[in-house]
Amino acid sequence: MGARLLLAVLLLLAMAVVSLFVGVGTVTPARLLAEGPEGPAMQLLLVSRLPRTIAVLLAGMAIGVAGLLMQLLARNRFVEPSTAGTAESASLGLLAVMVLAPEAPILVKMLVAAGFALAGTALFLAILRQVPLRSVLMVPLLGLMLGGVIEAVTTFLAYRMDLLQSVNAWTAGDFSGVLEGRYELLWVAFALTVLAWFAADRFTVAGMGEDVATSLGLDHRRVLAMGLFIVAMVTATVVVTVGMVPFFGLVVPNLVAMAMGDHARRAIPWIAVLGGMLLLACDMLGRVIRFPYEIPVGTIVGVVGAALFLALLFRRQARLG
Amino acid sequence: MTAARDPRLVLAVLGALALGSAALFMTWGVNGAWGFALPFRAAKLATMLLVAHAVAVSTVLFQTATGNRILTPAVMGFDQLYVLVQTVLVFALGASAFAGLDRRLLFAGEVAAMIAFSFLLHAALFGGARRSLHLLVLGGVVLGVLFRSLAGFLQRIIDPNEFAFLQDRFFASFNSPHHGLLAIAAAMALAASLLGWRALRRWDVLSLGREVSITLGLDHRREVTRILVMVAMLVSVSTALVGPVTFLGLLVANLAHAVMPSFRHAHLLPAAFLLAVICLAGGQAVLEHGFGFDTSLRVIIDFLGGILFIALLVRGKVR
Amino acid sequence: MIEAIGVSKRYGETVVVDGVTLRLPRGGVTAIIGPNGAGKSSLLSMIARLLPMSAGQVRVDGLDVARTPGAVLAKRLSILRQDNHLPARLTVRDLVAFGRYPHSGGRPTREDAAHVERALRYLALEGLAERFLDELSGGQRQRAFVAMVLAQDTDYVLLDEPLNSLDMQHAVAMMRLVRRAAEELGKTVVLVLHDLNFASCHADHIVAMRDGRVLMQGSPAAIMTPEAIAAIYDVEATVHEIGGRLIAAYFA
Repeated sequence: MGARLLLAVLLLLAMAVVSLFVGVGTVTPARLLAEGPEGPAMQLLLVSRLPRTIAVLLAGMAIGVAGLLMQLLARNRFVEPSTAGTAESASLGLLAVMVLAPEAPILVKMLVAAGFALAGTALFLAILRQVPLRSVLMVPLLGLMLGGVIEAVTTFLAYRMDLLQSVNAWTAGDFSGVLEGRYELLWVAFALTVLAWFAADRFTVAGMGEDVATSLGLDHRRVLAMGLFIVAMVTATVVVTVGMVPFFGLVVPNLVAMAMGDHARRAIPWIAVLGGMLLLACDMLGRVIRFPYEIPVGTIVGVVGAALFLALLFRRQARLG
Repeated sequence: MTAARDPRLVLAVLGALALGSAALFMTWGVNGAWGFALPFRAAKLATMLLVAHAVAVSTVLFQTATGNRILTPAVMGFDQLYVLVQTVLVFALGASAFAGLDRRLLFAGEVAAMIAFSFLLHAALFGGARRSLHLLVLGGVVLGVLFRSLAGFLQRIIDPNEFAFLQDRFFASFNSPHHGLLAIAAAMALAASLLGWRALRRWDVLSLGREVSITLGLDHRREVTRILVMVAMLVSVSTALVGPVTFLGLLVANLAHAVMPSFRHAHLLPAAFLLAVICLAGGQAVLEHGFGFDTSLRVIIDFLGGILFIALLVRGKVR
Repeated sequence: MIEAIGVSKRYGETVVVDGVTLRLPRGGVTAIIGPNGAGKSSLLSMIARLLPMSAGQVRVDGLDVARTPGAVLAKRLSILRQDNHLPARLTVRDLVAFGRYPHSGGRPTREDAAHVERALRYLALEGLAERFLDELSGGQRQRAFVAMVLAQDTDYVLLDEPLNSLDMQHAVAMMRLVRRAAEELGKTVVLVLHDLNFASCHADHIVAMRDGRVLMQGSPAAIMTPEAIAAIYDVEATVHEIGGRLIAAYFA
């Protein structure tokens, strides 16, 4: 770990501290001291602000790294959970649980959503195998359209079941509902992120293609399965707890790759830190920009993410000629 | 396949089906309450006809001008752009001032903004270096997401109470179409058709691509410009009436090319229009009265359109 | 007469065509030759107004191509480019009929129909007239496009590498056709050719380009010398007279 990364981590922590004091209810260090540990400010801090800040950081890190894994495994820079049908499938899975077993504990909901996410991603990969790939851009295009089709199914079913409100709530990423006791699943995503870091070299090798990986003695299928499992679990966890965060997993790894190349083990810490930072910045922006109302982070990321995606798209093309 | 069907026969069959769909939509499930149902449904049908016209014509022409079967104005984010333009206007003028303005004046302003933006977009995407079609489509799709997110963002910034009021009045959807704009929309559709009547042969030449059409003496740039203006107007009409319908255009334009044994716009345009009428009026009638689903038509169109899009990509129809 | 005066094409810093001045008189077959990247196709495209010029002027029979309405030029000059991919699904006859568009404005008369039939016959396409273009081989499609250009019935016909997707037999047939069009129909044909020997055998006049400029021009006899070929292509060649024609050998 270089000094620069350490600096970045410190900056991230500083942002996290600031985040604790931003919001509708007034929480200031002065009030905390004045009211003591049982005061309302401390309560607000512990029940809402702290969980929220942690949730944003965990989600930002996990989505960024999951995006990188997908890009390595699909060998395509423009793939991430929302451009491969993964996030939409997780959302459909969530709907399925809500219809069939509304009382199921959140862990079960998450697992079902992960199962759907896995199936949706597998479907996407199966379609990809059918396609004579003429350009790298076709992959995200197919994924976006597949996501749209799955979303149409979800909307249709949700409408029939009168669940459209809840579906809309979890499709737009939003941290304002995060309270103590309702975000802890994200630690699972974090654990998976750490796992991805440990296995980083394997993913890098797998990213060089099946032939290279095999000749280097790697079980390509197993690495692929593990990567997909991590991606599906992370996506499902994030969708279940906070909702969809479009293009985030695409933008963060690409920004990091521009600065330091594609070596996964070196890139992952940076992606995690930058992902946490960027998502926290978007979330804080949403809290202050239309004070006292909140703008969901999904809306802000939609703007920022789509704009950065476009910039990447046309910048790349300009460089390739 | 080569044994040519007669285009006029195909048109006649499609026309009969469209008429049948419209009749079905008007009469199915009216239980005696004719006095109430007929005017109500007639307004809805008129809206559908105008949307069918706007979507079909704008998509077929856009595909002719850009020389492919997968780009459509809606896929390129034009619909979302209209919603964004409208939101920006509300945002800039303030909701109360916006609500006080003449609806038609406002619409004219929005159309003008759409035309300006579509030129910017066209210059940015098609001007300069020759770009791959995949880049254009992907760029367009992401641009659509960007427009939608920006509009959503601005809508959040506008005072939520005020916005709730505005949403009802100004942002149309299939469920709550804007009948207030029917007259002006009909006038624009008529004007577009009259203008287009003289250009049908030129559009046939245009579909041969830029170089061949220039060789044959067509002023290619002017023709594409005209089409862009028409597309911007027609997309404004359809989005103002019922909100964005992403895949209807893709669906009917490709179906028209598939069923019509002719490349002539004199055949393709009416075919696409009739197919759109069948989709909208027939689809709505069957869904509403056959299955008791009242407002899912658009979702079903998106579902089918998305699958068609994937099929077009997979079958390598996109170069 | 086609006149190019100081014609240039630049893309940013890159100069593709560099101040070309050229006079091509009416009648006969002119071949433009030169190595890859010499600017041959760009020059041809600029003459036919498909590509805007960075500088200079092109006149066809005194008409400035940049200012003359496209419809007027389309009755005097036609061009066929290399890659003819059509988005529309047409039959051969439909395509050839489009060649009459400059004359009929899309409302074909009996005379137009006669032109179409003649063009189909000229390229031996009668049997394929009702087939769709995407059902044809590359060579057949190429012939269909040439038929369209003939149906357009212009004095000047520009062809950009017309032999590109043709096998040996069809390449020779195409060049014979070009000669016939020049001799029987009085067309002025300007074509870009890759193969020096085809130019030598079928052209009346050869223009050699290199690095965006016209290096030399003249009759085949003037261009078909070892010195000239070395200057144009940087290749050592020997020139032989075979059956009354000059053939360059540069394969070994």
